[in-house]
Formats: sequence, structure tokens, C-alpha cells
Amino acid sequence: MSATDPQTAVPIASEGWTPNAGPDPVLRAKHGLIGAQVSRLDGPLKVRGEVRFAAEYVMDGMVYAALRYSTVARGRITTLDTSAAEAAAGVVLVMTHRNAPRMQPPPLFMTAPKAAGGSSLPVMQDDSIHWNGEPVAVVLAETQEQADHAASLIAVAYESSTPRTFEKARAHPRTPDSLVGQPVEVLVGDAEAALIDAAHFVDLTYRTPRHNHNAIEPHAATLAWDGEDLIVHDASQGVKLHAWTLAQVFGIDEDQVHLTSPYVGGGFGGKTLWSHHLLGAAAAKLAGRPVRVTLSREGVYRLVGGRTNTEQRVAIGADDDGRFTALIHTGLSAMTAHNALAEQFTFPARHMYATETLKTDQQVVDMDMLANSFMRAPGESVGTFALESAIDELAIELDLDPIELRIRNEPETDPSSGLPFSARHLVNAWRAGAERFGWERRAASGRRREGEWLIGTGCASATYPYLRFPGGAARIRLDKTGHATVEVPANDMGMGTSTTQTIVTAERLGLPLERVTVAHGDSSFPGSMLAGGSSQTASIIGAVIAAQRALVEQLLALAGDDSPLVGLTADEVGGRDEGLCELADPTRWDSYSRILERAGRDELTVVAYAADPDETQTYSMHSFGAVFCEVRVNTVTGETRVDRVLGSYDCGRIINPTTAASQFRGGIIMGIGLALMEDTAFDERTARIMNPSLAEYHVPVHMDVPRIEVMWTDIPDPYAPAGARGIGEIGITGVAAAIANAIYNATGRRVRDLPITLDKLL
Amino acid sequence: MIELAYTRATDASDAIRRAEGENAKYLGGGTNLVDLMRETVEVPSALVDVTRLWDEIQETDDGGLMIGAAARNTAVAEHPAVRAHYPMLTRAIVAGASAQIRNMATVGGNLLQRTRCTYFYDTDGSRCNKRSPGEGCDAIEGFNRSHAILGASPACVATHPSDMCVALAALDAVVHLRSASGERTVALCDLHTLPGDRPDVETVLAPGELITAVQLPPSNLAARSTYRKVRDRASYAFALVSVAAAIELNGGAIADVRLALGGVAPKPWRAWRAEEALRGGPATEASFLEAADAELADARPLAGNAFKVDLARRTLVAVLQQLTEGARR
Repeated sequence: MSATDPQTAVPIASEGWTPNAGPDPVLRAKHGLIGAQVSRLDGPLKVRGEVRFAAEYVMDGMVYAALRYSTVARGRITTLDTSAAEAAAGVVLVMTHRNAPRMQPPPLFMTAPKAAGGSSLPVMQDDSIHWNGEPVAVVLAETQEQADHAASLIAVAYESSTPRTFEKARAHPRTPDSLVGQPVEVLVGDAEAALIDAAHFVDLTYRTPRHNHNAIEPHAATLAWDGEDLIVHDASQGVKLHAWTLAQVFGIDEDQVHLTSPYVGGGFGGKTLWSHHLLGAAAAKLAGRPVRVTLSREGVYRLVGGRTNTEQRVAIGADDDGRFTALIHTGLSAMTAHNALAEQFTFPARHMYATETLKTDQQVVDMDMLANSFMRAPGESVGTFALESAIDELAIELDLDPIELRIRNEPETDPSSGLPFSARHLVNAWRAGAERFGWERRAASGRRREGEWLIGTGCASATYPYLRFPGGAARIRLDKTGHATVEVPANDMGMGTSTTQTIVTAERLGLPLERVTVAHGDSSFPGSMLAGGSSQTASIIGAVIAAQRALVEQLLALAGDDSPLVGLTADEVGGRDEGLCELADPTRWDSYSRILERAGRDELTVVAYAADPDETQTYSMHSFGAVFCEVRVNTVTGETRVDRVLGSYDCGRIINPTTAASQFRGGIIMGIGLALMEDTAFDERTARIMNPSLAEYHVPVHMDVPRIEVMWTDIPDPYAPAGARGIGEIGITGVAAAIANAIYNATGRRVRDLPITLDKLL
Repeated sequence: MIELAYTRATDASDAIRRAEGENAKYLGGGTNLVDLMRETVEVPSALVDVTRLWDEIQETDDGGLMIGAAARNTAVAEHPAVRAHYPMLTRAIVAGASAQIRNMATVGGNLLQRTRCTYFYDTDGSRCNKRSPGEGCDAIEGFNRSHAILGASPACVATHPSDMCVALAALDAVVHLRSASGERTVALCDLHTLPGDRPDVETVLAPGELITAVQLPPSNLAARSTYRKVRDRASYAFALVSVAAAIELNGGAIADVRLALGGVAPKPWRAWRAEEALRGGPATEASFLEAADAELADARPLAGNAFKVDLARRTLVAVLQQLTEGARR
């Protein structure tokens, strides 16, 4: 690269830039940072134990909380004797509904921009019980052991009635208000009539069980009141949302909640606001002491909502060439009257295939349970299991290769909205993946055998929408040494967000990586962001783009007559070599530090908000992938082993292959668990979860995880900041169907209810 | 707080003395007992650490092995004599838990593992006759996928979780016990009791009685033996069904055989009936099936575990086929 090559300077995005105004200028960058493999910048700190997680903060006078959970699902407390607990050694406070401070119920997700309540039930405000595991008492003590012991001394009795079972509840389904803000029903033509007339069809029912969150770090918070201000060291996926929601609960201003969460040991949709936050803060207030509340593994199952169960119908009608004349995806899921997430499993069918007619619709049944919630790729994870299994079943019906069937039904425009796709290179992903995997060597069903093992291959599409939430902002502080610090209220739960954003910011500003710091996880930072919906990468980049423009405008104003940049506007310059240069004449260059030095400034700080995400109004924006796998099924025992997986993704530009591969791979591993083992044992007699531990709730262990290859098209999306769509969730999608399809290829047995345990294959 | 005395015994008689007169438990590696204490399933008032007691593995004069009760599972699995003469025992041990847990767990403790029934663990929210005799059992009509098909009772359908014990049952292991009143031995197959109406009683051990060693008699057929474990994931899960088997052929006929099943009963299940059906008969798939059916004739599956009958039959037959094919080669 030559200093005089105008390509080396990254232009500044136009005033009020959105992707609709043209591709992000950083896509022109040739500095080589984007796309290079960079290990997590905070990795060494974490390995050395030099970062602190929510349960590791120590505050003066801090006490420890233990929770006591209800053992019935529905009813009211009749006896609640806390005297033994109050008398126990070290006990500072026993809080129940009798003495808990009055709190507003937490506003539910999506009822306000920063609402983060997983459940809108009041927390510990009366004697009523709504789910098995609801907290009935909080004990604060000088040590965790004292608190745990005292909690066990509380005598509780209930008057309870039998909880509703899924089978009983299904007689009274209702239509949810929305599916994460989208319409519940989508109709194109008369799909039911077209299905009846179809030359070929499948019409099938698939079932998926409940799943629970098992992040390596159980939920925790260390909380204290400073007058009317609440300080929270949290494990959070959305610091601004948590702060705002806690402010509503306690009737204080958003700015009075000071919530940080710089390091989080896994989120997956579970590190949102649950009752331990409210109870911890309430107990801290009552006791006048800082409180640390750390959920046990069982506590996470009792207090933190997981993925709900689904029953899905997928029907596809096709003509003799395999072209879809009807696509129907409908079904039921369990939820509660006090949450808002129906598990949008019908979303993939809205965008994946060209079809003459389309029908998607969902209903829910209310049960007496903890509010279900987000869990990696809510909707798409289990929705792709049903849809992509049904495509495979149709391919068999048509005697067509399943990849060919999918390619024949590749849509030109979005089948439900009619919008053009911002970028859709799924066919490239299929072809590249098939070649790498060796798909053409596939044998007919039941034809490959090694000893006791039948071997088969399967595939499925992966997909997840692109999202960029409004309200994102960034603060950039540039100091006179030429170091830029970006502050965003984002969250890095281990996926590498801070590293990725350091890369993009360095590229944009023309700085080396070591001259950029990305600070995150602090509610005092401007704007709002959520590490959810695979939206955060785009949201941060959108905000940094706006902040960079504000920074450059101020730098040019400060530059003065002695600067080579005198008289230039932000539209005429670009970032390069730790400074700015004229795009037309790169020899006109000035360094950031010289500009600040000449102006006598130690630093320059700007804040700007990202422009609203109009790109998703103009384009259908989704990530795509093709998942391939090879499995073995034991003919004696029915055991399934996954021998290899390949994921071929089309997610726009990949910013950091190191952390991206880890996201994809982790998603695929979670998909293996979804396919073969994850299953919450929800005892319908009591609505109680019976396997609240990693011993009995099975996730894949190392021996279950085979060689996993990931690859990607790396074609930038011209309508996404930095050309990159999010990649946090897509990895789990499609995997369960690919495995189920491979099991069919191996054995000729079709399993339509997850998990595919060995008894289903005997 | 729950008061708990912890002491470390220097030898067997010291341990027995320390455990007297209290609600004491002997503590081996703690890989099960400590978990149960955390869950308040077990609430001992004293722990007598017996990990410093005899932990050697010695060849006996008759060609068998004597294994100290404090020997770690890993030490047993890796011992050259065990690997050479009792391969099913090595396989059974390494099929269980994780390397870290096997490094801690002792042989004596392994024998006294308690069931993994989730209702047994749920002290707060579920009924369990094993924890509180007479209270009722929430597993019988609840989640019982991992529960017993053989030897259970209307009071309890829990399974014994050990892999090692299944191999020991097949190997005719003898358990050496010691108490204040003296020493005695019990066959491993007689150590554990069936639940009947007292599922809280799991062994024939008297209060305070200490396991000091496990003896393996010499065996002509154990050198050709194996252990196969079937479970819900590749590792770190308890057996749905496991089979320990040793066989000796004389031409095409079965000269002798040892079989035990795991994951199907409240105790390590010696398959006496199957052995009897096989002994002296032909080593054919038909006779293996017949033997399996004989053993499983009394199986009483529950709503969630009917598949285990078929799975046990298939696994037993496959293991015998594998062993006899090996013998013919």
C-alpha cells in the first residue's frame, strides 16, 4: 500500500448516513484489518483471571442473598414462618411479600424501547404463586453459607390447584398479539386450497421440547443503593435496558441506575432482567446494605425463562418439477399470560422459498409456568428443524436431491413482503459447501454400513434475520497521543464484540489496533443497545459511523490554518495513517495528535446517534447458510453420533474470522444438543422442572462434538454497516434438521420430535 | 448452620471407632456424598475420611486380586493386572464419570453410590420413599426414563448408577467388611438389596460397618470380557443399559459365562438366568436371544422406560456375539 494511493484512505460517511445512502465507506478500506484473524483482545486478561464478573465485585458491608423457591405452580402461600431463619447465625434480613418494598412490575420486552422484563408479573408483592419455582423469600446474611442455610429453615405451605397441562391447555389456544413485533399471520393466496390441488405434497407435524439456559456463568448481580441511586454490577446482555427497567420498577430516573456489565460468561438470550435483580435491589434497600445475589444452577432453571415447547405443522405442495405451489407453516407453543414471546418458529418460511401461495400462523396456549424467553435464535432454531425436515421429506417424495429442490425454489424477492433482498447468496453457499463436504458421494438411504453403524448424510438451510435496533449511539474520545476510545452501551458476553469493533473502528479511523479501545457494558454510555437478535455488530458500527463524522468535523474545525487540511470538509477527507488526508490528494495529511496538540487540546470527545435503520424498511435482510452433516446410527442401540458438520454461511462480510468461526461453531454445537439431547424435564403434574442441573440436563460433551468446518461467502451486504450481518444466532439454525435428515439417510427412519434420543431409533 | 465434624482416620479400626455413636458417614473421594450433602439429601453429623486407609492393589496367592477400598477408580482401571486379566473392569470404570471424578472416587465409595433419580434429589419439591420411607414416590408416574425394569417395587423404581459394580458383579467379586464386632465378607452380588418396602435400605451393611477391600477371584474367562454402556450422549451420562460379559467357548459350545446388567435395576444385576440358559449350549444368536429373554422375562417397564427391555436384549446379544466372534478368531 502506498501513502499516495487514494484507496488507502477511508472516506467519512455522509451526513445522516444510513445504508440506503450507499455502502459503508469502510468497505473501501485496504488496510487489511477487516478480515484478518485477530484473537480476542481481552483473552489474556480473562485467562489470567484479571477481569471481574458480576459475582466477583466486593462492596463495603456487602451481604449475601439466598432465595427460597415455591414448590407449587399455582395457588397461594398459607404458611410462611421465617422465625427460625431470622434467628439463624449471620442473618441480616428475611424478605417476603409481607415486608418487601412496593415495586412496579417490570415492563415487558417490546412494550417500550428499553423494556427488558422477561415477565410482567409483580415480584414478591402478595401471597399468590404463578409458577413452580417462584421466589417466596430472600435471606440476606453475612456469608453465602449462612444465607443458604437460613433459607432452608423457612417453613412454607401452600394452598394449590393443579396446573394446566399442555394437552388440556391446547383446547383453548389464543392468538398472540404479535411475533416479536411482526404480524402473527402472513397469507399469500390460498395456500390450503393450493395444497389440496398440488401434484405432490407433504403435510407433517413436528414437535420440539422445552430448553433451559445453561451459560457457564450463572446469573448474578452485586447491588447497592447510594441514597436514591442504584448501583448494579450485573451479568447483562443489555445494560441500558436493565437500567431503564429497574428504574421503572423502583420509580426512579433512568440516570439514577448505574449498571455495568463489562464481562459476561455467556448470554444466549438468557442474561436479561429476571426477578433476582428486583429482589436483590429490594433487599439491599430494606437492609441498607449492598447485596450479592448469585443464582445456583438450579436457581437459573427456577428464575430464568428458557425456550418453550412447540408443535408445528409444515405442509408443502409442489408441481412435478418440485416448484412450490403451497407452503404452510403453522403451530402452537406454550407461553404465559405475563410474557410476550411466542417463539416465532414460522419466520423462516416467510423468507426462504419461492412459492405460489404462503400461509404462516401461530397460536399459543397459556400454562402455569415461568415466562418463557429468548434462547439462541428464538423461533428460527426450532422453526428450521420443522421446515427443513419437511423440505427433505418432500425431496424424497419427489425423488429429487434436497439441495436441488431448495435451489429450484430460491426466490427472486422476499416471498412474504415482496421486498428485494439486500444480498442473498445462499445458492453460492450451497454449491461451495456441497463441494467441500463431498455431497455428490452421498448414498441412498440405508446403504452405507460399517459394522453395527449405519452412516448417512443430511443437509438443511440455515437462516436468521438481520436487525439493527434504533437508538444506538457512540461516544468517541480521541486523545493527543492519537488514541481513540469508543464508548458504547453494548455487551460482550464472550463472543468477541469488543475485538470486532476495535478492528472496524481502527480500519475506519486509520489507526492501528493498539490505538483503539472499545469500552462497553456501562449504562452511563450514551444511546441504547442490546446484545440480542444478532443485531449488535450492525448497531455499534452504525453509531460509530455517526460519531466518526462528528469527530472529523470537529477535528477539521480545530485543525487551523497551519494544517495541510485547511479548508477541507468532512466529505473531502478520509482516515489514514493515524490521521486524516484529503481523498483527492492524499499527500495533504495531518495526524490526529498534531491537530489536537496545535489546538492545545488534551482530548476531543464527541457523541452521536446512529441514523434509524431504514435499510430494513427497503430491503429484506437475512443471513443464510447451508449446513451439512454426516452421522452414524447404531443398529443395536439406536445411538446417534455426529461424525462431521460443515456450515457454509452467507452473512455478508466477516470482520474477524477467528471470532466468527467460534460463533458459528458454538452455534452448531448448540444445534447438536438441540437435535440429540437438550430436553427440560417439565413434570406436568406439578409444572416443576425435574432436571435443573448439568448432570441431568444434557448438552453435548466434548466426545459428542465432531470435526466442524465453517466457511463463508464473505460477500459484503451493501445495505449493512461494514457490509456485515450479525452471526450470533445463525449457527444453531438448520443443524437439527440436517442431523434428522442425515439420520433418515442412514436408517430410513424419520424422527419428527426432538430430541432424537436412542429409544426413537430402536 | 448444620454442625459437621470431620476427622481423618489412620486405619480401619480407627475409622470404625471414630464413626461410633454418631450419624457418621465414611468419606471417600466425596464425588457422590458431597453432592448429596449439598442437596441436603444426606445430612450426616460427622464425616470420617477413609481415603488414607488401605489403597493398594495386590495379586493374591490364588491368582486373583485384592483391591484396597481406598484405591482410586483410576488406579484400578490402569492397573496392569486388571487390564490383563479383568478387562471388563477397566472398561466399566472408564465408561463412568470423567477423568477428574475417577481420579478422586474410591472403590469403597463407588459401591455405595446412590441413585440419580431426580425425585430423590429434589428434597424440596418431590416425594421419595428412599429419602422418607412411606412418603410416596413421584417417579413411578413421573419421569422414569432412566428407571428400573427389573427388581423394583411399588415403593421405589430407582436404579443403581455404578458402572464399576456391574463388572464386579459379573466377576464374582467379594467385599471385605469390618466393624467393631469383627470382619466378614459378602459377595458383591449380595451387598446391595432390592427396595421392597424399604428402599431407604440399600445394602446389607450394618451401621458403622466399613468396606475395607474388594477381592477378585481368579478367573479363566475374565481375560475375554468386556463392558458395553449405552447412554444418551457419548460420555458423562449414566447408563440406560450396560452389559458386563465374559465368556469361554469349547468348540462351538459355551463352556462358561458371566453376565451382569447395569442401568436396569436397583442393584448391579447379575444375569443368573441368562447365564444358566447359555451354559453348555451353542454360541449362536438364537441362544443369546433366548438367554436374554429368559433374563428379561420378569421385566416390568414403566411408562417412560419400556424401550429398555428391547435395548437390554439387543445389547446383551450384541456383546455376546462380539465376544464369541473374538473367541473364534
